[in-house]
Amino acid sequence: MTAAALELDGLRKSFGKTEIIRGVNLSIAPGERHAIIGPNGAGKSTLFNLITGRFPNSGGKVSLHGNDLAGKAPFEINRMGLSRSFQITNIFPKMSVFENVRCSLLWSKGYKYSFWTMVSKSQDLTDAADAILEQINLTARRDLPAGVLSYAEQRALEIGITMAGGADVIMLDEPTAGMSHSETDYIVDLIRKVTENKTLIMVEHDMGVVFGLADYISVLVYGEIIATGRPEEVRANPKVQEAYLGAALEEEH
Amino acid sequence: MELILVNLIDGLVYGLLLFMLSAGLTLIFSMMGVLNFAHASFYMLGAYFAYQISTYMGFWMGLLIAPVVVGIAGAGVERYGLRRVHQYGHVPELIFTFGLALLIEEFVQFIWGNSQLPYNEPAILDFALFSIGSNDIAAYKVFMIFVSIGIFLALLYVLTRTRVGMVIQAALSYPRTVENLGHNVPLVFMGVFGVGTGLAGLAGVIAGPQLGTFPGMAILLGSIVFVTIVIGGLGSLWGALVASLLIGWMTTFAASSSFQFADILLALGMEKPAEMSESALRDLWTLTLPQIGPILPYMLMVLVLVVRPYGLFGKRDA
Amino acid sequence: MSDTTQKTAVRPTGVTMSMALPWLIAGAFLLVMPYVFTSNSAITIMNQMAITIIFALSYNMLLGQAGMLSFGHAVYMGVGGFMCVHIMNYVEDYSIPLPLPLLPLFGGLFGLGLATIVGSFSTRRAGTVFAMISLGVGELIAACSIIIVAFFGGEEGVSGDRTMGLPFFGNEFLQQIDVYYLISFWVMLSALLMFLFSRTPVGRMANAVRDNPERAEFLGYSARWVRYYSFCAAGFFAGIAGGLFAISYEILTAENLGLLLSGEILLITFLGGVGFFFGPIIGAIVFTLLQTVLSLQTELWQLYVGALFVATVMFFPGGLAGVLMMHVPAIRLGNAKLLVVPYIKTLIPATIGILAISGFIEILFYSRHAPVGETEMTVFWTDIDTASIVPWIVTVGLALVCFWITKRNAPELVETWHRANAIDGGKA
Repeated sequence: MTAAALELDGLRKSFGKTEIIRGVNLSIAPGERHAIIGPNGAGKSTLFNLITGRFPNSGGKVSLHGNDLAGKAPFEINRMGLSRSFQITNIFPKMSVFENVRCSLLWSKGYKYSFWTMVSKSQDLTDAADAILEQINLTARRDLPAGVLSYAEQRALEIGITMAGGADVIMLDEPTAGMSHSETDYIVDLIRKVTENKTLIMVEHDMGVVFGLADYISVLVYGEIIATGRPEEVRANPKVQEAYLGAALEEEH
Repeated sequence: MELILVNLIDGLVYGLLLFMLSAGLTLIFSMMGVLNFAHASFYMLGAYFAYQISTYMGFWMGLLIAPVVVGIAGAGVERYGLRRVHQYGHVPELIFTFGLALLIEEFVQFIWGNSQLPYNEPAILDFALFSIGSNDIAAYKVFMIFVSIGIFLALLYVLTRTRVGMVIQAALSYPRTVENLGHNVPLVFMGVFGVGTGLAGLAGVIAGPQLGTFPGMAILLGSIVFVTIVIGGLGSLWGALVASLLIGWMTTFAASSSFQFADILLALGMEKPAEMSESALRDLWTLTLPQIGPILPYMLMVLVLVVRPYGLFGKRDA
Repeated sequence: MSDTTQKTAVRPTGVTMSMALPWLIAGAFLLVMPYVFTSNSAITIMNQMAITIIFALSYNMLLGQAGMLSFGHAVYMGVGGFMCVHIMNYVEDYSIPLPLPLLPLFGGLFGLGLATIVGSFSTRRAGTVFAMISLGVGELIAACSIIIVAFFGGEEGVSGDRTMGLPFFGNEFLQQIDVYYLISFWVMLSALLMFLFSRTPVGRMANAVRDNPERAEFLGYSARWVRYYSFCAAGFFAGIAGGLFAISYEILTAENLGLLLSGEILLITFLGGVGFFFGPIIGAIVFTLLQTVLSLQTELWQLYVGALFVATVMFFPGGLAGVLMMHVPAIRLGNAKLLVVPYIKTLIPATIGILAISGFIEILFYSRHAPVGETEMTVFWTDIDTASIVPWIVTVGLALVCFWITKRNAPELVETWHRANAIDGGKA
């Protein structure tokens, strides 16, 4: 049996006396598209931040492809093949769109801390960056500063940056937050396109997006996972309906 | 023994003076995220204003009015300068206060010239209060200690017992939350900046007669104040107090000690070179502790930062 | 500088003309300058300018490129310079065959060496913490210069003689002009290397770390290491500037390490503009001119420079380079000529107003600090008597009138500005 792409084992996190994540166990197989849903304040973003090393955890274990991530800094985790986006758009606003993508390619293309190569002379880098721009539909915006893009475009760029590093485990934190319907459709198509053959873990509020994209869904309530399964199983689970989904579905229709 | 007591008192005077500056600096930093590079310049303004007022109305009116004037000037700087620069981020804010420090020094030279001013302690305090052995302790020093401690207690009262104090306390623990809050109440920012600079002004008023009132007084103390709050931990009031006293005593004791580094070298079994000017270590042989006294705070800072990057009492960084 | 203009699919391989042109112009400019300004003092000023350019560019590697505000950058230049003076003396004492033009390289290496040590703990954080550490370390080393006499020479500093090295193609660098060409060579080389550094992966990531260190970490780069590399590179080029200083002046003192110089280079760089590569170059040129020309005219030049600096921070955070580059869109759209008349209508009265204020300040300064009874002075080539009320009224009145005109004409400028920057500009 191959190791799970991402495995959480009894993960815990407390802020002061309050325990936000209370022992989360989760195993995500390679190639799976997994959505984590739950009501506001359930700890979804905290869970993301724990996995990616943004916060230190208070207990438990996170492993990526069977390797323990304990004590690793974000950049080390990233080099091991995990990449993430942020709930609040997190790009390099002063640099051009092209620069944003190119910077995110540098490490995976093996440039490391080189100060003897010129980035503009590296044809493979330029081509790869342009290919990603094409994929995220921002070729027309190539030379604009990223800060002046529209919100949806910035979110698309964020996904592009997240993808560019070539990581095989992708974590997206509310990729469609604050978007109109048409923008959401654009982003969902984009996500589907760019995460082919990759492991996707995402936090999302929009149930349409979740049921459209995810192979598996986990429901996080008050720092615990109360159900994991195929979308139709989760939808049918009475515990989930009671805790969360029912209310959300009512809102939806 | 007598010397130790005298040094303790001198160090306390200097340390408390540092604290008056570092307390305001650290409060401003906690609230606004701005490290006020011009803080010591407001201290200098305090001394100069007090001198000017004292020539018309005497020392005591200077003590009363000058800090208020400095505080108002500080609030004005916040309102019409800093608030504008705020939109560009913290680094431009720091650069702005740096420029302000330059400008204030030039302004002081413009108005009062380059030489030291004859700003002296009032006649009523110009006597030796008591003596330890053969060392007289000036009444003015004791007065400085009482003013500093009085300010410290007043600050403690305001911070722990009043509503405004609660807001500032919250800023110390939850800077982001209060920063968001602070955007809605710019008045609090202006107030804290005014009070912080006013405190620096007060320190200048009482330090002017003791340490001299001249255009270089800001630079002389300025860097030490920064070192103090970095050692204490940015944003920590108690850290500022401990670090101020530590630096006060450290520099005072170093300045009066007769320790020579040659003793260490001899103890290590090295021989004193016959021809001193030929030896590569000649500086070490002639080095004394009073010589390196002024750089001890900086060495302490580097040491603290290597061992504890957040400072002695700091919980967070900028 | 030129990569935003290349929008077509054809991408440059090798060096293109548009990339090389600014450098060729700069090189030609450096070659011709001594024929335009031939006096020795002019050449000394140009040497000073060139050294400041390297130093400011190196400082901008920290502040502009990597977002690290340093209050102790003079230390790296100073230590490089001190080392070079010592090497010059060794060359003299032991007849070491070292040609002088290579000396700055050693300055650079020692600047780099010091930066690798200090950077190892100071680059952990950016922002305020970095600024404070740089200040502390700067003060520490500056204070050491008075204590460690063997290396820093105490109060009088260390001096050497540049002409004692191996002649370089028969040249012993006796003349200022020889030194000028030596420095020019190093300016071109250093500026080019620093420009190329900003185009390398580390240089690009330095920008990324400056804008958003957290995102950079999630792209596989350690923000700390990126800062560290930038810091070391900046130390290297500051050391080169120090070596050139040693060659040009043949003496280094504690002043070369002090907070004053560190602050000055911050001022120069910010005044020039941190957002563009050429900003610090403009800053260095303008500041050196102010320092040498303005200081001959008035005692108060530092007050004016300080005021200019604060005004820049408050109103033009992009510096002079930012102000210049602001006009690029209008020029591209061909609308620059629209702006000429409104500029004349606002800038001329504003300039006169500022001059009137400075006249007032000069009179005030004179009347406060002149010996008692002396009331005759010269302001703007006019002899006046400070005891009379006329000059006071004239300067204040002139300033008020001029600022009123400026204020009245300003809206027109703003409106034209918007028109000039709109795509359909002139027609609408």
